[in-house]
Amino acid sequence: MRAAITILTLAAFASVPLWLRDPYLLNALITTGIFMIAAMSLNLLLGFTGQLSLGHIAFFGIGAYVSALTSLGFDIGLPGGFRLVHEPWPPIVGFVLAILVAGLCGYFVGLLSFRVRGAYFVIVTISFAEVVRLVALNWVELTQGPLALTNIPSITIGLPGLGELTLRTKFHNYYLVLAVAAVAYLLISRLVHSHFGRAMRGLMENETLAVSVGIDVTRTLTLAAVISAAIAGAAGSLYAHYIRIIDPEVFAFINTVTMVIMVISGGKGSLAGPVVGGLIFGLLPVMLRPIMAPEAQWIAYGGVLIVILFVLPRGIVPSLAQRFAKRKRKAAVVAVTPVAFSERAKEPA
Amino acid sequence: MTTARAIALNVEQVAVRFGGLVALSEMNFTVGEGEIVSLIGPNGAGKTTAFNVMTGFLDPAHGRVSYRGTALNGLKPHQIADLGLIRTFQRTSVFPNDTVYDNLLIGLHRQGRVGLFEAILGLPRARASERRLRERAAELVEWVGLERRAYDPAGSLSYGEQRLVGVALALAAEPSMLLLDEPVSGMNASETHTFVELIRNIRDRGVTILLVEHDMPMVMSVSDRIVVLNYGRIIAEGPPEAIRNDPDVIEAYLGQGAARA
Repeated sequence: MRAAITILTLAAFASVPLWLRDPYLLNALITTGIFMIAAMSLNLLLGFTGQLSLGHIAFFGIGAYVSALTSLGFDIGLPGGFRLVHEPWPPIVGFVLAILVAGLCGYFVGLLSFRVRGAYFVIVTISFAEVVRLVALNWVELTQGPLALTNIPSITIGLPGLGELTLRTKFHNYYLVLAVAAVAYLLISRLVHSHFGRAMRGLMENETLAVSVGIDVTRTLTLAAVISAAIAGAAGSLYAHYIRIIDPEVFAFINTVTMVIMVISGGKGSLAGPVVGGLIFGLLPVMLRPIMAPEAQWIAYGGVLIVILFVLPRGIVPSLAQRFAKRKRKAAVVAVTPVAFSERAKEPA
Repeated sequence: MTTARAIALNVEQVAVRFGGLVALSEMNFTVGEGEIVSLIGPNGAGKTTAFNVMTGFLDPAHGRVSYRGTALNGLKPHQIADLGLIRTFQRTSVFPNDTVYDNLLIGLHRQGRVGLFEAILGLPRARASERRLRERAAELVEWVGLERRAYDPAGSLSYGEQRLVGVALALAAEPSMLLLDEPVSGMNASETHTFVELIRNIRDRGVTILLVEHDMPMVMSVSDRIVVLNYGRIIAEGPPEAIRNDPDVIEAYLGQGAARA
């Protein structure tokens, strides 16, 4: 049943470019998809370990810059009169490096902050994103600062039997984003259903009990941070090679907030949550633009968010799943309920 | 090795202070392999503090604890768990939002270690390990008699049932020594009786047991040896018969209990 829904959803997404002729909407779907991948990575941390990364855009932006610089090349001066010259490499190498470098950053941020966790993790991640933004803004020799990195090449992939294919069109990029999103979804799903995922859930629910059965807090949380950051880095790389221009504004705090909104509204701790939340809050601005004045759009955006959280407080997917399950179980439960209540009555307050 | 049992747990000169308050002072005792030892004493005597020291949740001001020859000082709780020294808790005994079955799967963490890539790629070794864990979790659910509740969230269970889940969780971690912190508090007489059988059963599998408990009849019936704490000091130690008749113990703690018995 669950697998059938997943395959049908994937098929539905895959069919979109075949019937959707509006390039504007297709563009919106691609950027939404990229942010959806980032939201999935945030959900791995927030939903499955309970740690809120309010600087998650840093990993996304690092992925974007690493990928762009790898494929554009650079020539910078180092202290002591040395120069570091990098000739352009294929964008696909940039994609891989983006994942690795973002994952490495996730490792250090995780290692630094998970000894204390909670609010400290939130603060460390916010500061990290701000520091990275300032570096991108001021290291002009490397990043061009506010002038932005331009003419970033599109990703080229080698297909067996078909030769090389450069993914320049929206049609191509849509499928690239869909493929990466599907892989990210599968990876996160496998991870949270493995004993690594159970260790994360255990730590989130009852840390004292979790460590007493042998779960290593730092190792488990750092692993989650690394994988989360690496996936966000992959999303950033896709973004750089699709938009083909990036500037330090990519690190803006509002981008992290958007990801958090996608995760919370869709349902943190649910695999499908960021997909549903991502679709709604990725496409909502695009849908509202033709029918409303700009100032009204943001009011409507906030209104939709409030309504969702008011009606479905645990997020769309978990709340609906719970209602669905309740309705299905109702008939069976009637006979059992009195027992359950009498047993509960014995509990001390 | 000259004595009847090899020493499993050795507590030497352990002292704990919270600010000016002396929670434990000069605590010395041992637990032999395969023994059931109870740690008793009035509220605030330092029993749970002693547990926290033994399992790495608290660093002693001085003194040392060793398990099977390994010093535990400075080890983290999960590292001590890896030595096979597993504890239960007085209050926080389950993962409330997970089903009983999933609770035990989390508890089986030590048995389920496979490589990250094996798990993500779903390689045969990871799948086989997962299958074994599921079988083992089902066995444990059955063993504590909670089959009917296997798919209910653990947080929705009755207090007594949650204690059982807590013990099953500890057993899932494959202990060679089990530290039980007031396991029968909140249980009724028949639940306690079943639980005593369970403890004997666990010991018969070769697991050493250290018990903190207030229920005197239960302690007297199950223990090989009893250690009595009062105000952070050991005031008596010996088999149940000797403790029952020790004047210091009767004065400090068992007064009413002995009168009733």
